[in-house]
Amino acid sequence: MKVIVSLAAVGVLFTAACSSPASNTTPTSPSITFQSDMTPGMSGMQSPGKSNPAMPGMSGMQSPPASASPTAADSPAPQGGTAVSISDFKFNPATLTVPVGTTVTWTNQDEEPHTVAAKDGSFHSPGMGTHGTYSFTFTTPGSYDFICSIHPFMTGTVVVTK
Amino acid sequence: MSADNDPTGMTRRQLIRHGAWFGAAVVLTVAGGEVISHVAGAAGSAGAAQQSRPALRFAQISDSHIGFTGPANPNVAETFSHAIGQINSLGYTPDFVIHTGDLTHLATPAQFDQVKQMLTGLNTPRVFTVPGEHDSTDDAGQKYRQAFGAGTRGDGWYSFDIAGVHLIGLVNTLNMQKLGHLGTDQLEFIEKDVAGLSSDTPIVVFSHIPLFAMYPDWGWGTEDAAQALSYLKRFSSVTCLNGHVHQLFSKTEGNVTFYSGTTTAYPLPPPGQGPAPKPVTLPAGKLRDALGIREVSYTKGQQALALKDQKLT
Repeated sequence: MKVIVSLAAVGVLFTAACSSPASNTTPTSPSITFQSDMTPGMSGMQSPGKSNPAMPGMSGMQSPPASASPTAADSPAPQGGTAVSISDFKFNPATLTVPVGTTVTWTNQDEEPHTVAAKDGSFHSPGMGTHGTYSFTFTTPGSYDFICSIHPFMTGTVVVTK
Repeated sequence: MSADNDPTGMTRRQLIRHGAWFGAAVVLTVAGGEVISHVAGAAGSAGAAQQSRPALRFAQISDSHIGFTGPANPNVAETFSHAIGQINSLGYTPDFVIHTGDLTHLATPAQFDQVKQMLTGLNTPRVFTVPGEHDSTDDAGQKYRQAFGAGTRGDGWYSFDIAGVHLIGLVNTLNMQKLGHLGTDQLEFIEKDVAGLSSDTPIVVFSHIPLFAMYPDWGWGTEDAAQALSYLKRFSSVTCLNGHVHQLFSKTEGNVTFYSGTTTAYPLPPPGQGPAPKPVTLPAGKLRDALGIREVSYTKGQQALALKDQKLT
């Protein structure tokens, strides 16, 4: 492993040091061809229009803050039976049963952000950072499967009884 | 030429110096924690390669996670900035730079502003992106497309041609059930997009989540990738570049070679090691060894593209 790594380092060194224009510069850059209705990407520093890099949709992109943003971490801890903890990329408990009208609170204990998103679309949290929480009040009985939309292999269920 | 030159007419020093671009490029791949070197571009003849310089050179960066705060990397903006500087110091101007997603950590407007501003510091004519699932955390990618979706189709997919190579940027982080997901509209786009191309056109596909099953239990795969790849079966050279997994990995299936790129932010564990794909905090001074940038080149007459992964210096 050491040999390979040092080889890589040599390669990097020579690439970085290789400043001879004749051997290392394509004289004319190939041009990018877009189809008529597709012009993806943005200009880099080298583009001819660099002095005015603005593109449609680039300015004024401040979206209003999400209205259902996670509540502050110092809000009162939810009572037992209405809380779902998120830890090690798992919902705990994976299945929670509550009576109708209950507010369920999810709390993210991971360093990674998570969300809770109902498969039927009835609720979708914003991204919860570490110790972030999200609450949703279930007003209709039923079984609600949810995932983390960032890590959709994380699954859970809230069963709402009458 | 002196007698100690090798048969390609290059000295060993020249060969090392130009190894990435001429003939057999040594590619470093980390698989399961082991560094493996292997040869790319074996299909072309060394003699032909020696005659020509690459027709296309571009760089890939990925998973910058601007906005992340944690012990795994206390300053992701600094390491991303360093990666940009490293690309700007390659000694040539890449024809474009592709960022393969997770530009931001939580898809906030401020994080999109910051990463977009930083990307404009790349010394290249064009910067392309594809979204990661962190860039589409809570709005099905709306803020991503507001920042980076100009001139794209559908939910942000696109294609373009350069130097005889056809490149396709895909979005596989929306409407996910368990794995990455392309969806019928995008599959239809791919089918039509390549329909008129000659089968010897080199194809490069960018996506955030791997198009191969790297580790489905952690979501490291794309459920309908097989359908997309079926449209690319007739092409002699297909290269798929992805991010998401924060580590180097490569795999060849038939005519397609998949290359997972590393991150500029923080490492994730090798597939299946530990309970979850959560950020790994390395011992002090080791972080940059796990981060990096990638150079990709295409030389006419070569079937495969040459890749060269560099650690963050």
